[in-house]
Amino acid sequence: MDAWRVEIRVATGQPDPDGTAAAAALAAAGAADLGPIRSVRGYLLGADLPREAVERFAADALADPVLQAWELHAPGDVAPDDAGRVCVVPKPGVTDPVAQSLRKALADAGHADVRTGTYRSYEFAAADAAERVAAAAAQGLANDVIHDVLVNAVPTTLPGAGASPDLAVVVVPVRGRSEAELVALSRDGGLALNAGEMQTVAAHFAELGREPTRLELETIAQTWSEHCKHKTLTGRIRYVEGDAPPRDIDNLLRSTIAHVTATLDRDFCVSVFEDNAGIIAFDDDDCVCIKVETHNHPSAIEPFGGAGTGVGGVIRDVLGTGLGARPIANTDVFCLAPPDTATDALPKGCLHPLRVLRGVVAGVRDYGNPMGIPTVNGAVHFDPDFVGNPLVYVGNVGILPRARAFKKANPGDTILAVGGRTGRDGIHGATFSSLELHTESETVSSGAVQIGDPIAERKVMDAILRMADEDLFSAITDCGAGGFSSAVGEMADGLGADVELADAPLKYGGLAPWEIWVSEAQERMVLAVAPDRLARALEVCDEESVEATSIGTFNDSGRLVIRYAGEQHGDLDLEFLHRGVPRAQRQAVYTAERHTDPELGPEPDLGQALLGVLGDPNVASKEWIIRQYDHEVQAGSAGKPLVGVRNDGPADAAVIAPKLGSRRGLVLGCGLNPRYSKIDPAAMAECALDEAMRNIVAAGGDPDQTAILDNYCWGNTALPDRLGGLVRASLALTDLALVYRTPFVSGKDSLNNEFRDGERTIAIPGCILVTALSVIPDVSRTLTSDFKRAGHRLFLVGITKRELGGSVYWKNRDALGASVPRVDATLGHRVLEGVWRAIQARAVVAAHDLAEGGLGAAAAEMAIGGRLGARLDLAQVPLGEPTPSLGDRPEDVLFSESQSRILLEVPPDRVDDLRENLGDAPVAEIGEVLSEPTLRLEAGGRTLTALPIDDLARAWKAPLDLDGTLEGAR
Amino acid sequence: MTTPQVMVLRAPGINCELETYHAYELAGATCELTPLKRLLARPGELDRFSILAFPGGFSYGDDLGAGTVLAHELRRRLGDPLLAFIERGGLILGICNGFQVLARLGLLPRIGGGALRQQVGLAANLSNHYECRWVRLGALASRCAFVDESWDLHLPAAHAEGRLVVAEDVRTQIDDGYRVFSYRDGHGDTTERYPANPNGSPGGTAALTDVTGRVLGMMPHPDRAYLPWHAPDWRRAAADRHPDGMVLFEAMVQLARAEG
Repeated sequence: MDAWRVEIRVATGQPDPDGTAAAAALAAAGAADLGPIRSVRGYLLGADLPREAVERFAADALADPVLQAWELHAPGDVAPDDAGRVCVVPKPGVTDPVAQSLRKALADAGHADVRTGTYRSYEFAAADAAERVAAAAAQGLANDVIHDVLVNAVPTTLPGAGASPDLAVVVVPVRGRSEAELVALSRDGGLALNAGEMQTVAAHFAELGREPTRLELETIAQTWSEHCKHKTLTGRIRYVEGDAPPRDIDNLLRSTIAHVTATLDRDFCVSVFEDNAGIIAFDDDDCVCIKVETHNHPSAIEPFGGAGTGVGGVIRDVLGTGLGARPIANTDVFCLAPPDTATDALPKGCLHPLRVLRGVVAGVRDYGNPMGIPTVNGAVHFDPDFVGNPLVYVGNVGILPRARAFKKANPGDTILAVGGRTGRDGIHGATFSSLELHTESETVSSGAVQIGDPIAERKVMDAILRMADEDLFSAITDCGAGGFSSAVGEMADGLGADVELADAPLKYGGLAPWEIWVSEAQERMVLAVAPDRLARALEVCDEESVEATSIGTFNDSGRLVIRYAGEQHGDLDLEFLHRGVPRAQRQAVYTAERHTDPELGPEPDLGQALLGVLGDPNVASKEWIIRQYDHEVQAGSAGKPLVGVRNDGPADAAVIAPKLGSRRGLVLGCGLNPRYSKIDPAAMAECALDEAMRNIVAAGGDPDQTAILDNYCWGNTALPDRLGGLVRASLALTDLALVYRTPFVSGKDSLNNEFRDGERTIAIPGCILVTALSVIPDVSRTLTSDFKRAGHRLFLVGITKRELGGSVYWKNRDALGASVPRVDATLGHRVLEGVWRAIQARAVVAAHDLAEGGLGAAAAEMAIGGRLGARLDLAQVPLGEPTPSLGDRPEDVLFSESQSRILLEVPPDRVDDLRENLGDAPVAEIGEVLSEPTLRLEAGGRTLTALPIDDLARAWKAPLDLDGTLEGAR
Repeated sequence: MTTPQVMVLRAPGINCELETYHAYELAGATCELTPLKRLLARPGELDRFSILAFPGGFSYGDDLGAGTVLAHELRRRLGDPLLAFIERGGLILGICNGFQVLARLGLLPRIGGGALRQQVGLAANLSNHYECRWVRLGALASRCAFVDESWDLHLPAAHAEGRLVVAEDVRTQIDDGYRVFSYRDGHGDTTERYPANPNGSPGGTAALTDVTGRVLGMMPHPDRAYLPWHAPDWRRAAADRHPDGMVLFEAMVQLARAEG
């Protein structure tokens, strides 16, 4: 279909930052020295509009008269090739929010229902440049999963109407098929069901005396996916560790994570493991809820879209918790291959980690910021084994009235679909996430990639929170993995539902009924609305410009009936659908890996070693990322992610006062260190929890009023050694959480993070992210890590052991080692409680947890934040078994990563209060804050090294200063 | 004395309405959140209010450019009522995306008075990406009716398009009291240098008023700096320090009350 084409360029004399960014992106993709690049925004408008209307619209609504110039091309007119150009055009069917807004603006101008499209274009001074950069453009400016790249050509037409869909009921014979045939059926259909599961399905339909329809099979596959049902963690596991007798674990989740919560029975838990997110008490009127998800596989293929829709999805989880929660904070954690990974070392089909990093940061930014939800906490961890499977964790916290903590749909309620329209995007996301990635994933799974539209979701959020305030619905859930099939299927559990898919609003024609049913198109929620509330609900949605459509009714039949235009495409027994999945039986074997500590000579230059530790990307400043996130919106921020006199020191955790005007608050932190997993997954798990708790406490959180979440990311747990590590980690995490009295309130697992490149398989190191959320009475009793004043004393709480296995310092000396940090639970609990009491007594003015890089990194970071120096006497550090030798190995004391340690700054007149409140937590005074901007390290009077703060700051800030803009990094 | 009434506008993508509302209420006003659709259907509603606030956010996703779709809609459907609102003494505050909308709409700076015509644009930050950081602002001698030249404010900026470009034909007149705040460096001097000036705005301009002095558009967010624990350095500051953002909200409400 022909179209008008409006092109917008930056006005003469104005800077063109998009063009500059394109040049940088092309240079990174290997095409440098192209000369100036001019960026173009292109808009396509239906050819039936009159010329005057298009001209007026271009001048009024498209080009900014001060900043830009526009140019109009008539339908069919192809621009002369006076300049080389590359155009990047969304593929047909890929969500294009800009085209939507274009339609909206055209409607405002009096032209309703105009077809629209968009593209980006880049013009080069040299006529042959476009051909030369074609390959780089496909990498640097586009992603061929979602874009078409045109060289020296422009798009001139709009995608036509979709083909007419195949509406026939498709029957898939399964009865009497062999195991091999069933497995082939599952594989070819992308169902991700194993032999036993397929046989269970076949037997079920044999019993019914009929064959399933394609829609029914798809529904079962979505519902039974690892993503939705956590079959591995809830199955039966026979666990063997070393020479110990085998241990049978019936439901690992229930015997570890959920066991902690049930045993502790903490009174602040309101709803755990029941709803979309875990709900805990906040004050007399409100609860808070929290959920952390992963979006690893989509982000590996399309980092921007994958991370963005991950954020969108976890926001909807919270929005759909109870009877609607208001999202108040985002978190994000990434695990990637090191930024300096050589391009030629990348396995085929993998994106470079820097491209992944830029993409996922932009994805979180461009979804979270427009949603108006602050992104307040996160972490980034680099390890080569994430090269094929980058991890993207996204979290969200919400607040909801206590009276809205529970939901229940009733027979007779309307099934109301609210929000975005359904398209072919994201078909098979739930089953895709349960499969292993391989070199061809980019091409075969592109249908599973979604692009988000945050404003569509913002409108849904506004409408739902208004409907919630007016009590207009009885149940709600989000359309996430599995789309309508999961959302309606879950809500109908215990009831029944009759669905009419022909009523679902579609983005375009051509969708078969099963595609409508399982599409994972974004920004959709499903509500159960009583008949007498329906009219008002539709009114509110209309006022918020949100589409809301009834697609059926809940009933008490116990069956899920799905029709298209009256014809039945599915009729499933809900009991079978939700509880018919056969329980997995897995073998798990843990064999301790043989590691030894390296035999290293004494550190020749302690100062250089410290600069090296600070410059390790796992320690280095994440300011380049943090600054791109809005961490202030909603005006709840009482503790920033960057702190200190120049707002560039690290914060341990975020502090939020979510109810405007009230001092009651939340402290939100996290912990993870997958590198420890390479030595011992148990150490990794313990340290993740201990670090999350240290972060909470160092920022002023209450360790006794803290709820935690677990997010497991693991390799292929069908393999006994992978699952063995996971079981060992779970048991260790359980033991520690019981002592710390921290209940798990929500969690999630992603269990197939392996990358297959021909014969070679790369599994990620088993990784548990622990997220911690603490409720505190008064945000004015929280604190930051930056040094506050010269003359204040420095106290180190906790015991330092010779635990450098997996440490950053040893990594910098090319060693992994064996002596990985372990957590002494009793000691750790004493430290957390003691520090909390001391902070509440206002004895402490700055606190920072010791994590990667140990005491050296922590002290340096506090100094950078406050731009004040310090003197540290390593001889005063309390040591424990195995004891580091200070005399000849001060580096072991400085860089040990022993857990349960926090460095405190204490005014001289508060020292007695400190000691009194710390109780029996081990502590020693190890130095003082100096006005001179130098970090001095001593050992019993002997000066080991002295480093200017500016040097520390430079070392710490430069590695991840990706645009070269951070102050003090050069 | 009457309590000033503030209309806080809501439209798809606006996302700072609740904090703007709360800040005005703390400053002594009474607020109403008004969905755009309702206002478009009943523009006469504006008569009940003495202050109109355009909160920050990403109106319609800023998909066609910052503030573009909302400004286009307002120009077509609400232009005259907005001019009439200013004419009869109403005050308008546009924060961040609200400022972008006012600029695109031509309600700011309206040099020479008259009809709505765009005279300034807010272009992409020179960094070419969104950036959230606290900045120092100093007030300039301006025609703004409620900003005092003596003010120095510490506020967070959070935007991707904040570089103020003035159209050729009004470039000299803009210095006739239309600039209200400039970004300041550590010495208190106006700066064009990053990061004290987060977007590279020429002349350090961070805020503008209109020909009447009754409309203020600003990139940084007073609505995120009005409670004692908002400022990043509150732990180092005197306990009784008055939050910087509150200064602005109170001045507007006081003026509205005095004139009411």
